[in-house]
Amino acid sequence: MRLRLITLILLASLGAACDAGATAPGTDEGEGTGTVTVYSGRDEEFVGPLFEQFESDTGIELEVRYGDSAELAATILEEGDASPADVFLSQDAGSLGAVAAEGLFAEIPDEILERVDERFRSTEGTWVGTSGRGRVAAYNVDAVDDAELPDSILGFTDPAWKGRIGFPPTNSSFQAFVAAMIELEGEEATRTFLEGLVENEPELYEDNGTTVRAIAAGDIDVGFVNHYYIYEVAAEEGDIPVANHFFADGDPGALVNSAGAGILGTSANPSGAERLVDYLTGEEGQTYFAEETWEYPVVSGYEPSVDLVPLADIESPDVDLSDLAGTIEPALDLLAEVGLL
Amino acid sequence: MSLALRGVPRPVATERGTAPAFGLWVAATAVGALVLLPVVYLAIRASEADAGSWDLVLRARTVWLAVRTLGLAAAVTGAAVAIGVPAAWLTTRTDLPGRRVWSLLLALPLVIPSYVGAFALLAALGPRGLLRGAVARATGWESLPDISGFPGAFIALTLFTYPYVYLLVGAAIRGLDPALEDATRGLGMGRWRSFFRLTLPLLRPSIAAGGLLVALYTLHDFGAVSMMRFQAFTHAIYLQYRGAFDRTPAAIFSLMLIAIAAVILVAERRARGRARYSSVRSAGRPPEPLALGRWKWPAISFCGIVVTLAFVLPIGVVLWWFVRGLAAGGEARLTWTAAGTSIGLSVMGALLATVAALPLALVAARRRDAVGAMADRVAWFGYALPGLVVALAFVFFAANFAPILYQSVPLVVIAYVVLFLPQSVEPIRSALLQVGPRLEEVGRSLGRTRSEVFRAVVVPLIGRGALAGAALVFLTAMKELPATLLLRPTGVETLATRVWTGATAGLYSKAAGPALLLVIVCAVPLYFLARRLEVTRVPELEMHPE
Repeated sequence: MRLRLITLILLASLGAACDAGATAPGTDEGEGTGTVTVYSGRDEEFVGPLFEQFESDTGIELEVRYGDSAELAATILEEGDASPADVFLSQDAGSLGAVAAEGLFAEIPDEILERVDERFRSTEGTWVGTSGRGRVAAYNVDAVDDAELPDSILGFTDPAWKGRIGFPPTNSSFQAFVAAMIELEGEEATRTFLEGLVENEPELYEDNGTTVRAIAAGDIDVGFVNHYYIYEVAAEEGDIPVANHFFADGDPGALVNSAGAGILGTSANPSGAERLVDYLTGEEGQTYFAEETWEYPVVSGYEPSVDLVPLADIESPDVDLSDLAGTIEPALDLLAEVGLL
Repeated sequence: MSLALRGVPRPVATERGTAPAFGLWVAATAVGALVLLPVVYLAIRASEADAGSWDLVLRARTVWLAVRTLGLAAAVTGAAVAIGVPAAWLTTRTDLPGRRVWSLLLALPLVIPSYVGAFALLAALGPRGLLRGAVARATGWESLPDISGFPGAFIALTLFTYPYVYLLVGAAIRGLDPALEDATRGLGMGRWRSFFRLTLPLLRPSIAAGGLLVALYTLHDFGAVSMMRFQAFTHAIYLQYRGAFDRTPAAIFSLMLIAIAAVILVAERRARGRARYSSVRSAGRPPEPLALGRWKWPAISFCGIVVTLAFVLPIGVVLWWFVRGLAAGGEARLTWTAAGTSIGLSVMGALLATVAALPLALVAARRRDAVGAMADRVAWFGYALPGLVVALAFVFFAANFAPILYQSVPLVVIAYVVLFLPQSVEPIRSALLQVGPRLEEVGRSLGRTRSEVFRAVVVPLIGRGALAGAALVFLTAMKELPATLLLRPTGVETLATRVWTGATAGLYSKAAGPALLLVIVCAVPLYFLARRLEVTRVPELEMHPE
């Protein structure tokens, strides 16, 4: 009796799994131009609706595989010429740089490439930025007078900030910032800065969202995060007394990283892939990133939807975002040495 | 000659009788080859190393990471045994009130993914912790110790891995012959002495197996240690993939991790010595439960504290987010389709892992020589590696050499087998060690063929072990993330991937629904498993002609 029941349950669940699997293979027909397979390192929560909009606007069907940007980059490297991917959409420039370095990207057509701010595209034309994400100091407006906030992130080593700051040291954006600082200011200056932060007894959080929630709750006054987290948290929690502080031009704290996309050289549907990248850097994509994910558009003519310092006015520090891989290692060593990891 | 017939005349050594043994070798070799695939992949990648990669790898820091990881593994294993063994004993052999409920609750932490568990611990006890805040408000005591770093990693891993010890030891206790205990008692030993002098030594194989599962889980875990900001060896591997985008040092680090695992396996084998325990069960008089007496309340508190920390706390945090999400007008996101997919994939994984484990366990349990030792140890290669590494190995092989398998359901299931094989080998092997070869010899002397003996005697006897092993694989496959993410057919979602989707976006209320569903869906089979393991089943020694 019970055995029969168990068998039934097993069969039912096997059916469910195979059912789900059966939707996988792409049909290369349809009203648009076939199917485009996207490896997306950007979260489904944020880009899923944009992909749906693309499908209904163009008739091109998307097969989207979501994952961690760096892990998807590693996957593409392992697949090599056998990669089923047409487009790789990444959260950060580093992952795109890794795929580009192995020569697995095709060149992006000039008309798409050239519309994007030079700071946010590959110099070889193998990938383009789709949106920008700035580093900021988010602060509690009730606890901090904005005149008090320093122009440089180095100012937070001042004892006046003791017990008032926090950040997520394991977060890759924070680590990219430390790597950029090493490139800009050298290892010794970075070490001094980090030691200064440690002197001020920072609270360490597991991610950006928790850091912003801690600022909102008044646990800390200031946190180092990406600029859009205050909007994300507000979307979930309602109004929060937190604002972004932008650092001065060229300050390592003012780094702007970019999410971006590249087309695989082995793509079976290069024209469909180009359509997608065109769309992401076109009006629909840029408007979407500005309004729905509170990011910086990277194409001139589009403005952020929230109160941000315009990208054109930010002179971000002069580092090659897709080539930070070499300094990540020393950055993490430093973080571990001063006791932040 | 795996089903050892040493010292017993062979009345019917027919050709039919030898065939299964040959099949067994073929099967064991095939499984071994499958498990070694990731190692082959790592060797290929490591062979591309230049001087730069070796400089990167051969640093004092690498040794430092290895030492702290071994330290963490030792501490977690010790604590997991200290929790798992008493918990198993209390729920099987005593009159603990509410035994059946406890036995389920104590197993449930196994289904909580370590990254969810670590997140929940931080959400309660971290700098922004709910509990910490409450304590500070109530008592004005602001300085609850910060749990991140070693303490956090130690607590999280202990709480979410002790069920390995608990379940394996529990299964072993149920398989013990109560007559032995009766004998020691007849010799005038007290219950406690009898436990320490007889029962505990008999449980050594299952404690060792559970302990190994815990130790090697600690080695390959990345989710909990990274969230707790404890730099473990897996940090070195993930840093290469995620930060430096360099596969070569990552491969060398991964091979080093296997070497560390090998050290642990050898040490365990030395410690275990040549002891073999087998007893034929006497007729099934269920053991009389030990009256706890004045130990009743301490026992209840012990179970209560463990269940509170390992299960109630994380579920409470998840529920808190779930309710907040609903209150804010969000959807419940109880993704039943994803639940069906999770169950389907995990059931297939559990079945295939059991089938794959049988030949290895049989060879391991019946051969005392180097071959037996190898069969035993080969299963651990995949388990010692982080899921990401195994997944990338299968990406490499499948995409380039078996495109038809790439991003398919069978590939995910195969990856589960490679990742979780020891979880099904160990319980079967422990069960076989308890049974001993004598019964098979009896069966053979009655004129039955090897396969008939296997079906009629061995299968019922190791059924308990196989069931426990399948359950372990099922439960861990349910929460598996890295391999599922990389190898699944495009668009296929499991509960673990749904939790991940919400959590990586920082939208915890959206991760809460699938996380709750994961626990509910796992609790049901676990309940039936607990019930089934409780029923004392004694195989009939009498052979029925077909």
